[in-house]
Amino acid sequence: MARRETPEINAGSMADIAFLLLIFFLVTTTMNVDSGISKKLSEKPPPDYTPPIIKDKNIFEVNINRNNELLVEGDRMLISDLKEAAIKFIDNGGGIGNPGEDGTPGAPCDYCEGEKSSSSSDHPSKAIISVQSDRGTEYGTYVEVQNELLKAYTVLRNRLSKQRYGILYTELYETYKDARGSDKDEWKLKVEDIKTSFPQIISDAEPTSAN
Amino acid sequence: MSKFKKKKKGMPAVNTASLPDIVFMLLFFFMVTTTMRETSLKIEQPRLPSATEIKKLEHKSLVSTIYVGKAKNEKYGTGYNRIQLNDKIATPEDVPSFILRAREEVSEAEIPFMTTSIKADKESSVGIITDIRLKLRDVNALKLSYSTQAGVSDD
Repeated sequence: MARRETPEINAGSMADIAFLLLIFFLVTTTMNVDSGISKKLSEKPPPDYTPPIIKDKNIFEVNINRNNELLVEGDRMLISDLKEAAIKFIDNGGGIGNPGEDGTPGAPCDYCEGEKSSSSSDHPSKAIISVQSDRGTEYGTYVEVQNELLKAYTVLRNRLSKQRYGILYTELYETYKDARGSDKDEWKLKVEDIKTSFPQIISDAEPTSAN
Repeated sequence: MSKFKKKKKGMPAVNTASLPDIVFMLLFFFMVTTTMRETSLKIEQPRLPSATEIKKLEHKSLVSTIYVGKAKNEKYGTGYNRIQLNDKIATPEDVPSFILRAREEVSEAEIPFMTTSIKADKESSVGIITDIRLKLRDVNALKLSYSTQAGVSDD
């Protein structure tokens, strides 16, 4: 019996197999980036705190009941119409804005394109959106409403940013995030400018009780 | 000319026998590093609501997560309003101590940047979220994020 030499196994394709596995794992593993609607809570007021009196016309009231239905400024509304209503309210600009921190008197909103109606908000810096929900309201609906309201702000900020700097606010913000060095300060000024022109003032009222 | 030709002929093939080893090493590295999970869920994986106006949470070490949803264990009931802190079911009253414990792990300068991420199920009620929010306000944990899926923009 002639003993034949066992041929060597060709390991050339081993690398290909391993690469295939590697790429499979690279593609399937999601890094699980946590993202969401961010919110800044107000600080706990001192016990003797009396809330400032705010004119009714500067408050945009959104009520969500326990059946997830919407009541906006006393009228029933669908969530799909909320964005337009909020834009109309914020962008109204019927009066003068808050006085500046350095004591300059408030000026009328010169970038608003709303109806300038005297029965709606005075100025974007005064326009407050108040969301009141029931304890039994579904969280999904609540988030949807918050999202629609934020969308309204994004639309307005985009518009203003396009007018002033020729680029959408969302893009402006991205550029600011990516910018390095001295450029960053320049972009920051622009972002701050747009942000303060349309500040997001969404307050959460105490929910009504379910029982 | 003939000198060069000679050299070319004699060039040995690069030995690729160790290539699989290198690639396998990479493979194992990715396999090991990507399977880490922070906590095991005591509630069912919350079905997050979807939204478009979202921000990414940066600095993962500064984020503490509160889960709200339906408990896996039947003894906690079948409602969607159970809270999970770390790896046990809790009540809103436990939230402040949870936040304070999380604060001990970071340096003092970073405390204002700490964010609380609420991962709640679509069908949870706003009531429980409000309870958590009030407790967070009590301990001055003011940065909050409602965790959502990235939705499709309609415009």
